[in-house]
Parts: sequence; C-alpha cells; structure tokens
Amino acid sequence: MIWSKEETLSRQEIEEIQLARLKATVEQNWNRVPAYRKKMEEAGVKPEDIRTLKDLAKLPFVTKQDMRDNYPFGLFAVPKEELVRIHASSGTTGKPTVVGYTKRDLAMWTECVSRIAAMGGATKQDVAQICFGYGMFTGALGLHYGLENIGASIVPSSTGNSEKQIMYMQDFGTTLLVATPSYALRLAEVAMEMGLDPKKDLQVKIGLVGSELLTDAMRAEMHKLWGDDMLVTSNYGMSELMGPGVSGECQYLEGMHINEDYFIPEIIDPKTGEVLPPGEKGELVITCIYKEGLPLIRYRTKDVTRLIYEPCKCGRTTCRMENLDGRTDDMLKIRGVNVFPSQIEEVILSVEELGPHYEIVVTRENHADKLEIRVELLKTTDSFKDLEIIQRKVKSKLRIILGLDAKITLVSPYTLQRFEGKAKRVKDLRKEI
Amino acid sequence: MYIKQLSIFIENREGRLKEVLEILKKGHVNIVSMSLADTSEYGLLRLMVDNPEAGRAVLQEHSVPVMLTEVLGIRLAHRVGRLQELLEIICDAGINIEYLYGLSSGADASVVIKASDMKKAVDVLQQNEVELVSAEDIMKM
Repeated sequence: MIWSKEETLSRQEIEEIQLARLKATVEQNWNRVPAYRKKMEEAGVKPEDIRTLKDLAKLPFVTKQDMRDNYPFGLFAVPKEELVRIHASSGTTGKPTVVGYTKRDLAMWTECVSRIAAMGGATKQDVAQICFGYGMFTGALGLHYGLENIGASIVPSSTGNSEKQIMYMQDFGTTLLVATPSYALRLAEVAMEMGLDPKKDLQVKIGLVGSELLTDAMRAEMHKLWGDDMLVTSNYGMSELMGPGVSGECQYLEGMHINEDYFIPEIIDPKTGEVLPPGEKGELVITCIYKEGLPLIRYRTKDVTRLIYEPCKCGRTTCRMENLDGRTDDMLKIRGVNVFPSQIEEVILSVEELGPHYEIVVTRENHADKLEIRVELLKTTDSFKDLEIIQRKVKSKLRIILGLDAKITLVSPYTLQRFEGKAKRVKDLRKEI
Repeated sequence: MYIKQLSIFIENREGRLKEVLEILKKGHVNIVSMSLADTSEYGLLRLMVDNPEAGRAVLQEHSVPVMLTEVLGIRLAHRVGRLQELLEIICDAGINIEYLYGLSSGADASVVIKASDMKKAVDVLQQNEVELVSAEDIMKM
C-alpha cells in the first residue's frame, strides 16, 4: 500500500519540492550553524549560489568527523529548548554522535517510517514486535512511532531474553518482526530450540529488517527458517540523518525507495568527492532538506550503492537505492584486494551444510595477510573426504569471487557468538600486531 | 545385515569429546565400541551404541552435528591370521575399506568396517560364510 501521495509525484514535481527545500536548508545552515557557514565560506559558496539542484555539488560535505568535532550540539540549527528528543550513536570509536529532534522533526520521522512500513506490507491489522534495542539507538523508537501511526499493535520487546520474545510471539500472535537480519535468524533458532517450528507455530509473515546489511543469501535463509511466504524487506537510515526511514524496499524488492521530498541522494567517488552520473556505483551522500534540529547537508554515509531513477512496478516514482554492498569502512583490504564481508557471507550461505553464523578473522604473518573464515557446520558427514570437500567448496568459490585464498575452519553449531544488535563478524587482528 | 553407527563431528577443542559423551550419558545411551580419528582441525567420532536412534536424537537436541551411517559388524575367531584372511576376501572382490575399527564382543575379535561397496561386501562375506554382527547383537553387548 502506498502511504502518501508524495511517493508518486512526477520527477518535475519532486525536483521543485527539493529545490525549494534545499534553498531553505542552506539558508538555515548559513544563518544558524556557524561551523557549516565556515565550511561554506572556505569553499567560496554563498546561499544565493544555489539556484538549481545541480548547484548542490558546490556545497561542502559533512562527515562523521565533523559530528565529533562539534560534539554535542555544534551542528544543530535550533536552540536547545526547541529540541524534544535527543538520540546518540553508540560511539564505539570515540565520542558518540548526538542527534536532536524538534517537534516537526519527529512528525516527519513518523511520516517517513510509516511510508517504509507500508511498503514492507505493514497494516493496522499487524501485531508488530520490535526487537531493536530501545534507548539512545534510533532504530527502535523510529520504527515504533511509524508502525503505531499506521495503527499496528506494537510489542516493544526490545532485544534480549530471546525465549520470552518467542513466548510473546506465540501468545500475542505477532505478525510483524522488526530486527536486524542476524537477530531475526537467531530468534528462529531459539524457537526451534524450544521445540517450535517458526513456519507453523508462529504467525510472523512480515520482516522489517535493518541496521545491518541484508544480502540475498541472508534473505533466502530468513525464508528457510521463517517460511517462504514471509515478506522480508530491508530499510535504511542512520541516526545522523534521522534514523530509520530514509529508504525502504517495497514488495518487488528491487531497491529501496528514498523519501525524496525529505532527502536528496547523490553518489560520489569516495576518493575524489566528484558526483558520479546516475546509475554508477559509489558512496551515498544524503542532504536532509526538511529538518529543523540537525539539517545536515551532503552527509557522507560511507555506504556503497547506486541510484535507480526509473519508476517502480509498485507505482512509486521515488528514486531507489540498490541494496548495499557494504560500507566503505566495513570494507577490508586483504593482500590489496577490497573485500566486503557480505561477499563472504553469500558464499557461506550458498553451501548447504553450513550455517548462517560465521566469523572472519584477518591476521598478518610474516608481512602477509591471512584470511580465516570460521563457520558452523550444520550437517556432518561420515568421512573426512566429504568434510574436506565442503571446505574446498567455500575456498574455491572465494577464490573465484575475491581472488584470495582463505583458510576455512569448521566449528560446531552454536559455538560462534550470537548478536542481538548489529553483528560484529569481522576480527581484524592486524592492527594489534 | 547392516548395523547403524553414530558419526559425530568433533572440533579440536579442549573438553569437546567430554561434552559429547556427557550428552550421551544423560540420554542413557551405552557405548559398545568406538573409534576416534582426527586431523589437525577436527575429528570424527564413530560409535557403536545400544540405541543409535536415541543417540542421534539426544545429540541433535544439543546441536551436535551427527548422522547415522550403515556399517558392517563382522565376527572373527580369535586366532592368528583371521583378520588378514578377511581382508583377502574383501580385497579379492575389489572392494576398498574406508575405515575399520575393533568391536568389543567378548571372546571373539569382531571388527566394524565401512566398505566402498557395502552391498557387494555383504554378498562376498556371506559367500565366504563370514559371520556378521546384527543390530540385536550390538544391543546385547
């Protein structure tokens, strides 16, 4: 179901809205955000230089580092008393990044998430269990208010206590699950450990997954555990931009529709910063054009994707972004080869005997990088030869895709760590040597 | 004719074998004979037990990778050269033995074998009047 008429505007109508809102946002930053005004002055650009959407490329980028340098409120465009909510990222690599919302920002957020949830099949009939961590993280509350706005019954169960989660699903008749893809798989495992078949004994038919990559292989795995009739869509967002609700997949699963009346997407070459033509793959840059609290201009997401401007079969005309390949900062450089963990995941999940949980370990021995993949063996065989064939299968597929030799280590099921939030599957031990 | 063996994947980790045996103990599964073969990374534990189906069920419940494999139990007289004679019969028939281990069966000297061609192995052993161990025999051991 299409939630808002803004999702079906003509390209010209969308661009008119975008230009008007962009001009206002630049004006707002110039007048109220000294740190960004300084950047504009250094780049030699003034608000009146923005006359068309193409002029966006003249504006300086904002990066995560800018967020940290201006911690906590330096990039905000409103005085603190205008804020009604503050969220922050986990800040595992230093100070957290802080984001603030005005009343209008929260209304916009709810609107954006309502659209994404409706795209993913949510209706007021659904019982929506939100298995994202509630708290400073934007994921849980973002989905919470969007789904509530649609009229779904919210079960704010947060993460953890997986057995109780399954009990809620059973007793409340949960039909819609919000989780990271890896936690959604974990929950199916827990249900099975409890002697339930998620396909028959639970009624979950919609999965709105996010905050982590959803590869095709992972989606197939979701169907295997939760049932073929489950509609699993991924959605995209990040706290700096708002939280979830920037874009999401519709039932056709051909890219995530961007809420273009609120966000302008661009694709740039991450090295040069040059804007790339439509259809090319590069780093996604997003400009928020309707926010009051934190109206970031040209925020570098570090996510790698490409944009699709053709209208979708679903009737929406908004630009779509392809499902992500990975993040420029998740990318590993191993013996000079760029490796996205998602590429390794695809290979592992294509081998029937292996489970969806894995660990990537990179070490350095004698100045050479070594790649090891630890993966859980679900089905054993009676011969060493067959076990070696499984290992060789993974090894040779990886060699074809990455051009790298990896050591494949088979471990027993349930011995690798499970994650309730974002899975941390990469152990890069090279820095520690 | 065939008897069922538990084949269990064991990673090389301290205490793993003990954990697996604990699970079988809790499931009241009695081990009659065993073989443990290993590589540098993992091993395969092959067990003759009194109740293979129950053994598989309890291991699966605890997420241990396990499967049932059909093997042959062969009863041999306890005398010099008997095992060699058995192998002569099998080799002459052009059958390979994938693995072999001893089966504790009292006064005799039984072995368990997995052959490359199980059906042919049974035929040739029966022609040569070699006594096979049955599943009932194992349960009694």
